[in-house]
Amino acid sequence: MKRSRRQFLKVASLSVLGLSTHLATGGIVNAAEQGAQYLPNENGLKAGRWAMVIDTRAFETPEDFDVCVKACHKAHNVPNIPNNQNIKWLWTDTYEHVFPEQGNNHMSESLENRDFFVLCNHCENPPCVRVCPTKATYKKPDGIVAMDYHRCIGCRFCMAGCPYGARSFNFSDPRKHLDMGEVNPEFPTRMLGVVEKCNFCVERLAQGLMPACVEAAEGKIVFGDLNDPESEVRKVLAENFTIRRKPNVGTQPGVYYII
Amino acid sequence: MIEKVLKGSPKFYVWLAFLGSLIGLGAFTYLFQMKYGLSITGMSRDVSWGFYIAQFTYLVGVAASAVMLVLPAYFHHYKKFKKMIIFGEFMAIGAVLMCMLFIVADMGQPQRMLNVILHPTPNSVMFYDMMVLMGYLVLNAVIGWVTLECERHQVEPPKWIKPMIYLSIFWAFSIHTVTAFLYAGLPGRHYFLTAIMAARFLSSAFCAGPAILLLLLFVVRKMTNFNPGKEAVQTLTKIITYAMTINVFFFLLEVFTAFYSGMPGHAHPITYLFAGHGGHVDWITGFMWVGAILALLSLALLIPPSLRDNEKLLPWSLGILVTATWIDKGLGLIIGGFTPNPFEKYTVYTPTVPELLISLGIFATGLFVVSILWKIALDVKKEAGTF
Amino acid sequence: MYNTKYVLPGLLIFLALFTSPFWAGKVFGTASYERPKLALPADQKECIEPVEYMRAEHMQILDTWRDQALREGKRTYVASNGKVWNVSLQNTCMKCHTNKAEFCDKCHTSNSVTPYCWDCHVEPKGNQ
Repeated sequence: MKRSRRQFLKVASLSVLGLSTHLATGGIVNAAEQGAQYLPNENGLKAGRWAMVIDTRAFETPEDFDVCVKACHKAHNVPNIPNNQNIKWLWTDTYEHVFPEQGNNHMSESLENRDFFVLCNHCENPPCVRVCPTKATYKKPDGIVAMDYHRCIGCRFCMAGCPYGARSFNFSDPRKHLDMGEVNPEFPTRMLGVVEKCNFCVERLAQGLMPACVEAAEGKIVFGDLNDPESEVRKVLAENFTIRRKPNVGTQPGVYYII
Repeated sequence: MIEKVLKGSPKFYVWLAFLGSLIGLGAFTYLFQMKYGLSITGMSRDVSWGFYIAQFTYLVGVAASAVMLVLPAYFHHYKKFKKMIIFGEFMAIGAVLMCMLFIVADMGQPQRMLNVILHPTPNSVMFYDMMVLMGYLVLNAVIGWVTLECERHQVEPPKWIKPMIYLSIFWAFSIHTVTAFLYAGLPGRHYFLTAIMAARFLSSAFCAGPAILLLLLFVVRKMTNFNPGKEAVQTLTKIITYAMTINVFFFLLEVFTAFYSGMPGHAHPITYLFAGHGGHVDWITGFMWVGAILALLSLALLIPPSLRDNEKLLPWSLGILVTATWIDKGLGLIIGGFTPNPFEKYTVYTPTVPELLISLGIFATGLFVVSILWKIALDVKKEAGTF
Repeated sequence: MYNTKYVLPGLLIFLALFTSPFWAGKVFGTASYERPKLALPADQKECIEPVEYMRAEHMQILDTWRDQALREGKRTYVASNGKVWNVSLQNTCMKCHTNKAEFCDKCHTSNSVTPYCWDCHVEPKGNQ
């Protein structure tokens, strides 16, 4: 009696488990099964490897930077948080901080005093993608390092992994620091507890538009396909001396600086 | 065996109630973190990991240290440790649980934590860390429970438990190695980016973990007359001493590489930790010096056999050792890794009161679990006459 | 069976409680479920897919939309009837369904689901 009851319970519980897993997995229907199709946008801009070249000589006054930063932060609803738990997509810093270990003694006055843009480098070999435990950060075939905020668990491994300090974490609800009447209604905000960063305006490229900062810079920032020898970025790179941040970490940034 | 928990002295229940109140306090504070996010912690954009992750790292070491009993007992048939093994294994269970809780406490979106399993990412060390921690928890729970049950019924443990024990030995090394890989593979963090990280982790784990175990067993000896055995204690203390010597040696290797090479990136975090920055020292500097002095003091008290075998002095020596290793790994490691930041800028990190309360709650949870498991083990041993 | 006189009534009570959601309403005559009345777009006749399908599967569609747009870079949706749509919750769905409170929330509230879409996605300002 005792033995058979035990066996019955074993068989019964296993069958319930099997049945419920079958129901759980079988219940999900894919929308694509309905004969719908997904295509890339017809007028979207395409590239083998998106890259950016910033002509740092052309950015002189704080206003030069400001229009670009404003355009970026406005387009992406980036909040302005007045403490060290802040969010940064596109910002500026001095030469010694942007290019540590690449500085010289007695640099030219202009280099010493000038500011430089900082943003996500969209690396060829991104450590943030390597360390992300959920594929919330991933590299697209066109070289853009993108994020899926729906999937981010907020472990901040990517922030530890990024050698460029390009990532920000939403320590608090970003909407507390945004005027919700003024946000760009075409782009989402982020939520509490996820990491975010510059997305190379992937949503604008899909609509056939250049990134917001490039548009606002009026030629001082060049954006294009690094794999296309005829592209403007390649032309600018061929004609000017450029550097990238922290070449020794082997990430192959997609952002170049004309010095 | 679980019924042993129901029959205990009033003292035991007062102790559990005390821990329960701390757990409640931590849980209550955690509600605020759920609502206001990690903004209630001292972490920032620059120092994006803090006290939670540091405690997680330290406790993985404590969990792994059970192997310092299992390995001599099963590889070298050192029978004297057999009496203590169950306590090491049960302590490991508590430690792994605390590790998991600290990781959850550190997450921005804890309700999505299953994403790690739903979207498995083999290129992320975090994925392996989750697997090895889960595996180690199961291994220790199964091995501990089965061997204790056999001890109770006074029969030989089943044959299949042997391979599991051998597996747990390798597993213990793997959990702390993988935890070190979380740090040692990050290209932009000079203090972390060192091939010796896993070796440092293991050496500090194998002195601190057994030291904590011995300290707890001394408390138990006072309360219940359970005696782990004089020779066993002395052998384990020798293991602790060797591990601590290696631990200090490894740290000095780091100091040599950083300062003899003169590479700024490697030197800056250590300089910051021990001397501050720009003529300004932060709270961590005091801790680091105390840690360094205590580390050397613990060696001075443990290396000479006459001092090491002095039972009156030993708890103090071990306490000093635990404090020193905790400052190195539970505070300095994370702060040094994030200061200076990738812009060579210095942001001070100080844990906040809510952060510490939540941590206290997690520590209390671990102690609660260990208390219950040890109570079961002690009662079973009393019954079986293997006290 | 041992202790039949305790076990059987116990089982019966458990079964009664466990199935109560299915019969309690009918027996005690508490309010029955009414399908919430949703505010539909005035100027549009059809959604991207048939209504029944949308009602049952909109969450799966949104899930697929998110992955297709973000990961595959495919932001054009060719519906099963051949019509073309921009893959975007904010810029396609919510352009027609401008009244979140009377459309999304109503159903979600009566079914006790709290999706976190609008923690990030900006809800339209206009109400119909």
